Amino acid sequence: MIPFDITNNSAIALLGVFALLILASAVAFGLGKRHPDRDYTELKLRIRTWWVIVILFALAIALPTIFAICLLGFVSFLAFKEYITLIPTRRADHRVLFWAYLTIPAQYYWVADGWYGMFIIFIPVYAFLLLPARMVLIGETEGFIRAAGTLHWGLMTTVFSLSHMAYLLALPAAVNPAGGSDGLLIYLLLLTQLNDVAQYVWGKSFGKHKVVPKVSPKKTVEGLAGGILTTALVGFLAGPYLTPLTQVEAAIAGLLIGCAGFIGDISVSAVKRDLGIKDSGNILPGHGGILDRVDSLTFTAPLFFHYVYYLHY
Amino acid sequence: MVRLLRLLFWILIGRPLILVVLGLNVRNLKNLPRSGPAIVVANHNSHLDTFVLMTLFPLSLQHRLRPVAAADYFLRNRVLAWFTLNIVNMIPLDRKRVGKRGEDPLEDCAKALAAGEILLVYPEGTRGETEALAKFKGGVARLKEQFPDIPVVPVYMQGLNRVLPKGEFTLVPVVVDVFVGEAVAWSGSRPAFTQALQEAVTALAAAAPSRTWK
Repeated sequence: MIPFDITNNSAIALLGVFALLILASAVAFGLGKRHPDRDYTELKLRIRTWWVIVILFALAIALPTIFAICLLGFVSFLAFKEYITLIPTRRADHRVLFWAYLTIPAQYYWVADGWYGMFIIFIPVYAFLLLPARMVLIGETEGFIRAAGTLHWGLMTTVFSLSHMAYLLALPAAVNPAGGSDGLLIYLLLLTQLNDVAQYVWGKSFGKHKVVPKVSPKKTVEGLAGGILTTALVGFLAGPYLTPLTQVEAAIAGLLIGCAGFIGDISVSAVKRDLGIKDSGNILPGHGGILDRVDSLTFTAPLFFHYVYYLHY
Repeated sequence: MVRLLRLLFWILIGRPLILVVLGLNVRNLKNLPRSGPAIVVANHNSHLDTFVLMTLFPLSLQHRLRPVAAADYFLRNRVLAWFTLNIVNMIPLDRKRVGKRGEDPLEDCAKALAAGEILLVYPEGTRGETEALAKFKGGVARLKEQFPDIPVVPVYMQGLNRVLPKGEFTLVPVVVDVFVGEAVAWSGSRPAFTQALQEAVTALAAAAPSRTWK
């Protein structure tokens, strides 16, 4: 693996993801053949979009770290843009929104620079204070708290939370000989997305009792429990190969990702319901918008990061 | 040479700006004419409206697209005039000639249609202050009367007044919603057709998602 900046374990994990995608494509193809009367367009689109995402991600991971940091920064940009598009903003805040966008390159620069102290307070403290300062100097008071609040919530979820994925790459690789610098991120993404799929499959197969009918009527207790346990099991098995976690710690990480992923998912659902829309966008055919795809990650990324950071860094 | 520069501008700057920095969410793109001659009418809030309309068409039609715009505004200095005439390929409309006896301000528009080109027109005549639709002017009806077979397609764009509002120079990325309607048929008289166009764009606007608090 000399030309690529990746450990064998991480490479095997990526190959495993490709194997899963081939399997998914084959199943979708088989379903289409077996039931020609049914429409599998949505499923096929969804899988095709997954191919694009995984290929882009695998390339960025295999290349030097800066490529993956830039890709994740771009994901933050797309997610924040979708959020800004969906929420009502005030005409008076035009310049404030412009400054809010500039926090994205800044935040990912701190990541690339490995400046942890700045990375961890830039948005929760500086952006939190400076954007409302700019806002209040413009002088429009009507809707001030709503504008300041919604803007900060957007920055916290789409920029601050998601940038924790990138900071996993900036943690010292020496602490994680098995997974190298990419192992933790692959582990987080694998478990978060697997958790989404597992909750869906368990819910579809055994779901009876609704968890939060007002927010997301399709989510069931059975799906949630099955998903979390599946994620914990895979986390337990994959942990030692990709992360510095012990097996017990890895199982707990799996539980954490399972629960947090669920909350992240329904939080974005709640936002969409509040605004009266179904999908957050149309950039990912078969999935909807970027926010629909990274919803779980807005919760799992920071929680998993700080769990690992506390235990091993 | 100018045509090559124009193509490069749209490939390297115009389209990436609209598709990547902003992003488009287009409904009923199938209603858009695939060849000229045709007229596309749209609401007008921002200079970027023209960039969005041009990005809706395939690159192969780029050289057939002719935005119609105010000569007094866009030809006011040489750099802007060169850019709008050569890169945007605009047809300057001399607003001073409107309503004068013996003058036809739409002469160049008619020529472009006769040559099979696609006109992009803002019948409001100006970028409004808000997303409210101003009363349409009658030029498109005159052209439709002259060329009855040419389709006139209404388009409504939402979001651009947040991206680059009138009087601002900083660009704020927001995904732009675009709604393409069905071609509007001739309705007997010029005022009736202008009215029908206005109603068509208003109907598209009504289908757009609301971006205000309940």
